[in-house]
Amino acid sequence: MNDVPQYVIEMLHITKEFPGIKANDDITLQLKKGEIHALLGENGAGKSTLMSVLFGLYQPEEGIIKKDGQEVKINNPNDATALHIGMVHQHFKLIDVFTVLDNIILGAEDVAPLGFLKRKEARRKVLELSQRYGLKVDIDAKVEDITVGMQQRVEILKMLYRENEVLIFDEPTAVLTPQEIDELMQIMRGLAAEGKSILFITHKLNEIMAVSDRVTVLRKGRYVGTVNTADTTKAELSSMMVGRPVQLVVEKEPATPGKDVLKVENLCVPSKLYKRDAVHNVSFTARAGEILCIAGIDGNGQTDLVYAITGLEHPTSGKITLMDKEISRASVKQRSNAGMSHIPEDRHKHGLILDFSLEQNMVLQRFQEKQFQNSGFIRFGKVRAYAEDLIEQFDVRSGQGAETIARSMSGGNQQKAIVARELDRDKPLVVAVQPTRGLDVGAIEYIHGQLVSQRDAGKAVLLVSLELDEVMNLSDRILVMYEGEIVGEFDPKNITVEELGLYMAGAKRQEVAEQ
Amino acid sequence: MKKTSFFQKAGTRSVLASVISILFGLAAGSLLVFIVGIFNPRMTPKNIWEGIQLIFGGLFSTGRSETGLLTFGFNPTNIGNMLFRATPLVLTGLSVAVAFKTGLFNIGAPGQYLAGTAATLFIALGIPSSEMIIPGIAPTGIPPMVVWVLAFLGGMLAGALWGAIPGLLKSLLNINEVLACIMTNWIAANLVTWAFDVSNLKNIMEGTKTGYIYKTTVNGVATPKLGLDKLFPGSQVNGGIIIAAILAVIVYIILTRTTFGYQLKACGSNRFAARYAGIKDKRNIVLSMAIAGALAGAAGSLYYLSGNTEFFWSTYQQLPAAGFNGIPVALLASNHPIGVVFTGMFMSMLDICGLQLTNLTTYNEYITDVIIAVIVYLSAFSLLIKTWLSGRKKKKDTVPEAAPVAQTGEETLSGDSAPEGSPADIPETPTTEEAIPDAAVQDEPAQDPVQEALIEEEAKTE
Repeated sequence: MNDVPQYVIEMLHITKEFPGIKANDDITLQLKKGEIHALLGENGAGKSTLMSVLFGLYQPEEGIIKKDGQEVKINNPNDATALHIGMVHQHFKLIDVFTVLDNIILGAEDVAPLGFLKRKEARRKVLELSQRYGLKVDIDAKVEDITVGMQQRVEILKMLYRENEVLIFDEPTAVLTPQEIDELMQIMRGLAAEGKSILFITHKLNEIMAVSDRVTVLRKGRYVGTVNTADTTKAELSSMMVGRPVQLVVEKEPATPGKDVLKVENLCVPSKLYKRDAVHNVSFTARAGEILCIAGIDGNGQTDLVYAITGLEHPTSGKITLMDKEISRASVKQRSNAGMSHIPEDRHKHGLILDFSLEQNMVLQRFQEKQFQNSGFIRFGKVRAYAEDLIEQFDVRSGQGAETIARSMSGGNQQKAIVARELDRDKPLVVAVQPTRGLDVGAIEYIHGQLVSQRDAGKAVLLVSLELDEVMNLSDRILVMYEGEIVGEFDPKNITVEELGLYMAGAKRQEVAEQ
Repeated sequence: MKKTSFFQKAGTRSVLASVISILFGLAAGSLLVFIVGIFNPRMTPKNIWEGIQLIFGGLFSTGRSETGLLTFGFNPTNIGNMLFRATPLVLTGLSVAVAFKTGLFNIGAPGQYLAGTAATLFIALGIPSSEMIIPGIAPTGIPPMVVWVLAFLGGMLAGALWGAIPGLLKSLLNINEVLACIMTNWIAANLVTWAFDVSNLKNIMEGTKTGYIYKTTVNGVATPKLGLDKLFPGSQVNGGIIIAAILAVIVYIILTRTTFGYQLKACGSNRFAARYAGIKDKRNIVLSMAIAGALAGAAGSLYYLSGNTEFFWSTYQQLPAAGFNGIPVALLASNHPIGVVFTGMFMSMLDICGLQLTNLTTYNEYITDVIIAVIVYLSAFSLLIKTWLSGRKKKKDTVPEAAPVAQTGEETLSGDSAPEGSPADIPETPTTEEAIPDAAVQDEPAQDPVQEALIEEEAKTE
């Protein structure tokens, strides 16, 4: 490739300052034509700022951007589009009630006289693109009716329809199932093979190892380095990203399961969407001193199962026993008193009251305990002392300590606050649903460590996770859920990720003996 | 931990935002006075100036001097009347504010107000006290004060029940409380008309006016003056305003100091999280609406127990304005129970100004309606004004303060979250982007690019 410049995009020595803060400090990123280049960094490392600079949303104080060797000035997103730079945002920018076709052509419509859309031509072009790149979409379906994976393919088609050369994927896998992630990886390879250049923003190491050619690592706004994926390892990348060696594999002693803590028998939970059971005839036992993991692809009834166990929803039939006490119809409070703590799946919907301060959130379940109230009046001093104790113990970072409004805290610290609150309640059963979703390596490491120490303290931990890594790493026993049923029970030592994936996808099924 | 300066406190900014709304409203009123004056050939610049003076200082107007000039000074009658008129406004404002604090929009205050009024009047006039003289029947011997207490409590109870209906519908059937409130308002209006229609409480003795119910003084029942009439002679003031203020303090204490208030606010801010935590959200919705209803009921009750007010019972075509006016009163006070006392008084002061305009100039009182409308309109923007205020302050403050407190970022967290994290990491932490969150930690929506960047960054975490 001597006749064309080696790099399609070069961002040289970019510095972007916000008042008092250097969000990007002398960062250089060079994207070769036809490569998949990963941009790795923790939350807040400056990845988004850098991409916003490339996309024309911010102007850098220093540094230049070159396209095909020519220096360019990108003043706004329209300039970026004119340079054929396109971006798939993490949260899709689609109109739900429009069809796939209309979404793709929106903003780049070919218009006949009198403002009529040339839909036929657009349709032909989109179909051609979708075949060429293997992007299967239902072109006439409304966006609200198609899966998240297909929505993402629509976003990719949008970029291709605009003949973009440089494609930026902003954490594209955060919302996808493992199968959809595989599919996306395939698509990305296909795009690269067709000569498109891809910038892939992520903090998931597996995906980088699987798909990228080169990786640029940022840490705290600074450039750490660029390496060839083939020459590096996950451990090296993670220590580049975090700045110290990170324990990728959770170290733990073999479990010594004790007595039964939670017993679920023939549980059925109705589905809110369809006229069938979301959870069908599920039975299992969680024992003290072990981490029991429920694995499965999102939407296979895990959420409903957890709701039924924690009392947010009522089962149609079946029996739930906690510490030898039947709780099938008990209220949330009764279950909590019987010995259950719950790290919820959705920290904004269930986990926190975002407009309350951190200390108020810390006593969400406990405010009626004697130590925090006196004949109905809150004992503010006690609440403050307790919250500050937890904040210190679990290292929750926030701007104004116990008084910080939960909404203003970062996602990782919000999650840590919930983990602190739930683990400190010291209940024999800990239900943890996707406790590390959206967090970066350091925070994940910390939360995993906490869960293992809970187990070692003799608690039963019921972990629901969509991340296969987490499942394999953390669990002592794995149950796989598929379409509302338990389709297999495994010891993580005796099963491979691939085989687990087959169970999760419903391709294999084990007859689980009644326990 | 950071010490917030006076101007950065949320409370200060709320007050400032309200004051700005008020000033804009008064300015708009003055402008209207000016425009009306300009286009009216019979008005001189002097008339216009007098109108503007009365808009700002109507409360202290003492009429005209012998030379025909407006005079100003301490006017106890005006102030007393302002306090009297403020009583129902403060209470309906409280009613709306309590519901707002718990995430509900109580537009049902007029209905609850009517329910309270009706129950109060039936009790106050229906139980003959020792002062009721009916020919041929011996007086009962029940002290009027006992009847008063029963009537007041009955009014609150009726309001509470009326408020609980939308609450129940919301919690059990998930029917939007606004819809239910509007319907119960009209049901109340018709029910009350019918109830008085078939009653024998219609004022037939005075005969001059038809369609009115007896004043409670017929039965010797009236809110005690508590000496306020001495302080403000010639006015209608009575102890009602003190009761309203006490109720405001009680509501404030319940909301901020008690576990009950904590639960109410938890349900209001995030019903799902409250349910997750084992708080009975349904019960709390009903209770919140019942409390709101009781307060609106008390408003009606106190207004008609004053002894001077007559109730026009054919209410079926019109809902009492005092109920709806609770909404701007609460909005202007940012739903703060104590603030409501002051904004309620302010609203009634505008009434007084309007009366002074009518009495002393050729303008009429409806100009004050425009002022109220502008204020209500702006109080809806108070959040915007608040963010504008905080944004201005922040630009000055963020830069020097950001770094030392920058402990918020995810990055910091991962950098040294593990207990054995190497100490070498720590000095690095407050360098770059993780300092950004602190700017937004302060509170409320962000406006400058730094904070936008942060929000984007945070959104990605999810």
